[in-house]
Formats: sequence, structure tokens, C-alpha cells
Amino acid sequence: MSYLYAAYIATWVIHIAYLGYLVRGYTRVRDDIEEMNRKRRD
Amino acid sequence: MKRAFPILAILTALLLSYGLYGALIVAPTERTMGEVQRIFYYHVPSAWTAFTLFFLNLAASVVYLIRRNPRADAIAFAAAEVGVVFCTVVLVTGPIWARPVWGIWWTWDLRLTLTLVLWLIYVSYLVLRRFSSSGQTPVMAAVLAVFGALDVPLVYFSIWFFRTQHPQPVVGGGGSIDPRMLHVLLINWAAFSCFAALVCWSRYRLEVLRREVEETQALESLLEAGNQR
Repeated sequence: MSYLYAAYIATWVIHIAYLGYLVRGYTRVRDDIEEMNRKRRD
Repeated sequence: MKRAFPILAILTALLLSYGLYGALIVAPTERTMGEVQRIFYYHVPSAWTAFTLFFLNLAASVVYLIRRNPRADAIAFAAAEVGVVFCTVVLVTGPIWARPVWGIWWTWDLRLTLTLVLWLIYVSYLVLRRFSSSGQTPVMAAVLAVFGALDVPLVYFSIWFFRTQHPQPVVGGGGSIDPRMLHVLLINWAAFSCFAALVCWSRYRLEVLRREVEETQALESLLEAGNQR
């Protein structure tokens, strides 16, 4: 039974880690856009 | 797509919840392997989803090679990255299933080895895209994708034509499966396919945005340099 739970948990750990990577990517792009807008205003 | 995204997200959440319930509660316990066989409901749909994503990568790469459309290139990139995630799930859940059933974590069996090779091909595709600064990177990546996709049918059909440690196919290929098990398997496949579509779309949008930002930054740097002269 522990192998079953280990497999299901591992699956979701991998997917959630990748979703975290995507969120970090969006945050970086948003920061870059804000930086560009700030430069334009200055 | 803006309207379809939340609808697909809700559908995915429902399918994943129902799929998990089906896998743990509804599906009957397999006679020889017992409870651990329920890994099947995550392992097999993840493999099918990875194959689908690698074929999407192939199709988008071919379109890119013919038309040089940057959006096709972004789709190919997103599909390969999400495909690698699903292939990683297959390579992690497989050994966790193999240990209690075969008594070993890994064996250099044809199906397992070809799956590992498939994963390595697409990881090298992503490494190429990440670290090559050449203007020809999308073309090289597309060519690699065309050759890499040749491994997908080899992985899929390896258990049809060769005697391997890996179980024979239970869907198609003359195998048989309890209808309740098949129902849960298909629900989980639908759930993971919807999830993959959502993630792939998000990754595609991120890639398009990132390229637009980079192009704008490069253009502004050029203009700045021009103004300073």
C-alpha cells in the first residue's frame, strides 16, 4: 500500500513542482514588463 | 481561449478528482498484484499523455520547418517540456510499481530502456533550446524533434513485438481488462489529457510573452544606443 501512495504522491509532487516553475516564469516576465514600463516613464 | 481556460480548468479538476476516487475506490483490486496495481491508473495515462505531447511536438516542429512560423516553434517547445514532465512521472511511477511486483526497481528491458532513451532525447531537446544562443536553434531543435519522435512508436510497440519483462498491453493488442478498470483508466487518461492541455497552453503563453518581452528589450536597447550616438 505504501508503494501505491508513494507513486501517487510522487506524481503530484512532479506536477506541482512544474506548476511552481511556470508560476516563477510568469512572475519573471511580469517583473520584466514592469521594469520596461518604469524605464519608459523615466 | 480566455473563456475556455476556466471551463477546462474546472473540468480538469472534476475529472482528476473523479479519476482519483475511481482509482482508489471504484476499480476492483487486481488478483495477483493486489492494491499496488492501482499505480496503473496513473502510470499508463501519464505515458499516453506523454506520447500525445511528443506527437504534438513533432507536428508543430514539421509546421515550423515548412513555414518558419514562430508560434509553431513555441507550441513545439511547450509540448516537449510538458511531455518531459509526464515522461518523468512514467519513469518514477514505473520503478515504484516494479519494486513490489518484480522485486527490482529497474531492469534494462527493451520497453524501459527505450522509455529512458525517449526521456533523454527530449531532455537534450530542452537543453539545446535553453543553452544554444544560435539563431538556428529553433531549426536544429525541430530537426531533433523529428528524429526524437521516431522513438515514440518504438516505445509503444516494443511490448507488442518483443518478449519483455514489462507487461503485455491490456488495451488493444489482444489483451483483456475488467470493464470497471477500463472505465477508470479512460477517465484518468481524459483527466491527464485535459490537465496537459491546460499546462501546455500556459507554457505556450509564457513562451510567447517571454519572446515578446525579449524582442522589445532588444529593440529598446538598440534605440537607446542610437540616441546616445
